[in-house]
Amino acid sequence: MSRLISSVSPHFFTKRSTRMIMLDVIIALLPAAAASAIVFGPRSLLVIGVCAASCIIFEFAFEKLCRRENTIGDLSAIVTGMLLAYNLPVSIPLWQAVFGSLVAIVVVKQLFGGLGQNFANPAITARIVMMVAFSGSMTNWVFPGTSKMPDAVSSATPLSAAAKGTVSMMPSYMDLFLGKHAGCIGETCALALLIGGIYLIIRRVISWHTPLVFMATVALMSFFCGKDPLYQVLSGGLLLGAIFMATDYSTTPHTKWGKVIFGVGCGLITILIRFWGNLPEGVSFSILIMNIFTPYIDKLTRVKPLAGGAEQ
Amino acid sequence: MRMGGIRVPHRKNTDRCQSVRLEVPKTVTIPMSMHIGKYARVVVKKGDTVKVGQLIGEADGFVSANIHSSVSGTVRKIDEIMTSNGAKVSCVVIDSDGKQEKYENIVPPKISDFDSFVKAVKESGVVGLGGAGFPSFVKLNVHDLNKVDAVIINAAECEPYITSDTRTMVEKGGYVFKGIELLRKYMGVSRFIIGTENNKREALEAMKRLADKTEGVEIHVLPSVYPQGGEKVLIYNTIRRLIPRGGLPLDVGVIVVNVTTLAFIAEYIETGMPLVEKCLTVDGSAVKEPKNVIAPIGMSIADLAEAAGGLKCEPAKILYGGPMMGITVPSMDEPVLKNTNAVIFMDKKEAAPPKITACISCGACAAHCPFRLDPRSIARAYKLEDGAALEKLAVDLCMECGCCSYVCPAHRPLVQTNKLGKQMLKKYLSAKQAQKENDLKERSVRERQEKEAKK
Repeated sequence: MSRLISSVSPHFFTKRSTRMIMLDVIIALLPAAAASAIVFGPRSLLVIGVCAASCIIFEFAFEKLCRRENTIGDLSAIVTGMLLAYNLPVSIPLWQAVFGSLVAIVVVKQLFGGLGQNFANPAITARIVMMVAFSGSMTNWVFPGTSKMPDAVSSATPLSAAAKGTVSMMPSYMDLFLGKHAGCIGETCALALLIGGIYLIIRRVISWHTPLVFMATVALMSFFCGKDPLYQVLSGGLLLGAIFMATDYSTTPHTKWGKVIFGVGCGLITILIRFWGNLPEGVSFSILIMNIFTPYIDKLTRVKPLAGGAEQ
Repeated sequence: MRMGGIRVPHRKNTDRCQSVRLEVPKTVTIPMSMHIGKYARVVVKKGDTVKVGQLIGEADGFVSANIHSSVSGTVRKIDEIMTSNGAKVSCVVIDSDGKQEKYENIVPPKISDFDSFVKAVKESGVVGLGGAGFPSFVKLNVHDLNKVDAVIINAAECEPYITSDTRTMVEKGGYVFKGIELLRKYMGVSRFIIGTENNKREALEAMKRLADKTEGVEIHVLPSVYPQGGEKVLIYNTIRRLIPRGGLPLDVGVIVVNVTTLAFIAEYIETGMPLVEKCLTVDGSAVKEPKNVIAPIGMSIADLAEAAGGLKCEPAKILYGGPMMGITVPSMDEPVLKNTNAVIFMDKKEAAPPKITACISCGACAAHCPFRLDPRSIARAYKLEDGAALEKLAVDLCMECGCCSYVCPAHRPLVQTNKLGKQMLKKYLSAKQAQKENDLKERSVRERQEKEAKK
């Protein structure tokens, strides 16, 4: 008779795994990919593919080099790649996209210990590095429908139009909602992002707290600053950031109140940059700055263990 | 305020299976430790003839329990076996003569007051039959009975697979209520709460029918969320009282007793037959037909599997109890114990351990902990050997229900780290205490020296 397994309880485990969670995020990102192909043409899919593939290759290569366990099977590199691509203009030169993936995977993720150990969101940090390094191509916005040659027609994003006060270039609510305006690959179509967000909430991958509070803060502050709240919520990278990046597990707070504070903080910083900063958009910076505060927010909002009577 | 917990697969395949009494095996091995506390002392010797219900091990010390023979026959030897936790304990091996003759001295105990009631419970050898194995008479022997204002009868049975408590309620519901009357009479308690999960319809109906005829019995139907049957969880979810850190149910005026334990006490007081057999669920992916059986205590797991209808395949893992908190059985020679409420035979596929991957900080462990602990931070503090942090994180509150390990998508061994963390915290606290005492001593010595120097 063969030996019986001896182990400590429990002997049952959930079927949910890291890989399944990442797969859910990828599924939630797909509507936005489809929307980008319609809005910007097939090159958007090329950029997404290049980013995802290079992220996988960098993760594999780095882990090989460091003799760490190969983790590309958990699909987290694909999520990072897709999110990075969603934050780039469709006209981005592919080598720059590959460079961004290198920053995201190697510098921000692996050098800090890999999945779950990084304190900053890889896609957002890579995007900010690229904005500094390639400021020209990172702001080369293409207006939908003119995607023949990327740098032929430059256009204003809804936010830069609003910042400059060029009302004629400001798209309608409907165009904002459906994504028919200039911007990054994955951020324009609010409808697709909301579908993805609702899917993630239903699948309990994320909670509603951060996205809702983030958006509500931006809307409320816009209202008090005399701007159009709906326009502010629907434009720029707010929905993409609030739903997919401000809910990243390892770089955002875990407690309910922590998530609320994180959302408020992101919203306030976004508004500060949008209305008073030099840049037209501030979602990426707001999330990165709040990433740094995450450990403190977690500490501040730590849940008290449930026990009655006098605590020792 | 809600307590956390998880939805586990129920797998209550046997909840409608009437329990069947198994044929007596050729030999039984009865260990002297089937309870929490000091081992019992063997009072028979090799060659002795014993009968069903005869005392073979006597409670030794304050927290211990009597042990009785489950068969009639001859003592083959007094041996030593290894328990699941690795400790060696003596055991009595008895060859059965197959006659199952009842011991002559078995008569219903005479009870007149609280003390004789507790004495009877002690003599029955009963321990917490929900799985804990804590000697029941110790729990019931409350010094100040005025402190107790409610008894909660634990009928939640939240572990997957197990239905032995369910069958108790259906088949022995009368004894449950006789037990209630005993506690009312001898302990002066007037409020009784039966806490059960909503997935036990038949048992619930039986209990409701009986409760209608009895005064002061409330039935709380709770959602089927594991660990509903955890003592502290059940108290909170029925009467909203929270036990202080390091405290007992008695600190909030409550006694919690398992439904099968209570039914057994009532049955013992009626018949005088001590705890010699146990209704238990035999289930799991390696079992041919899941069922509930009444097995003599000391029957080997191999005999049990055979008598209960056999196995489909070689089991890869066998459990005493359910899959959430059950203990692995080291070999098929191990016996059925007093507190065995189920034996689960798992095939290779069911027993396969999941692959452990990196923590992704999703926070699911903390979100599902009934006591709102943070296993992720506890694991970090344990790794850093940070006793102060473990104290702050209240790892001592952990009841090892396993929710955190269950929900972890990275399948990290969180409850295992909690257990280690609890030990580390104990060491840290005693070292801290010793340091404190040492400091005091040094100070007094120094003060004395200073005084003398002044003179």
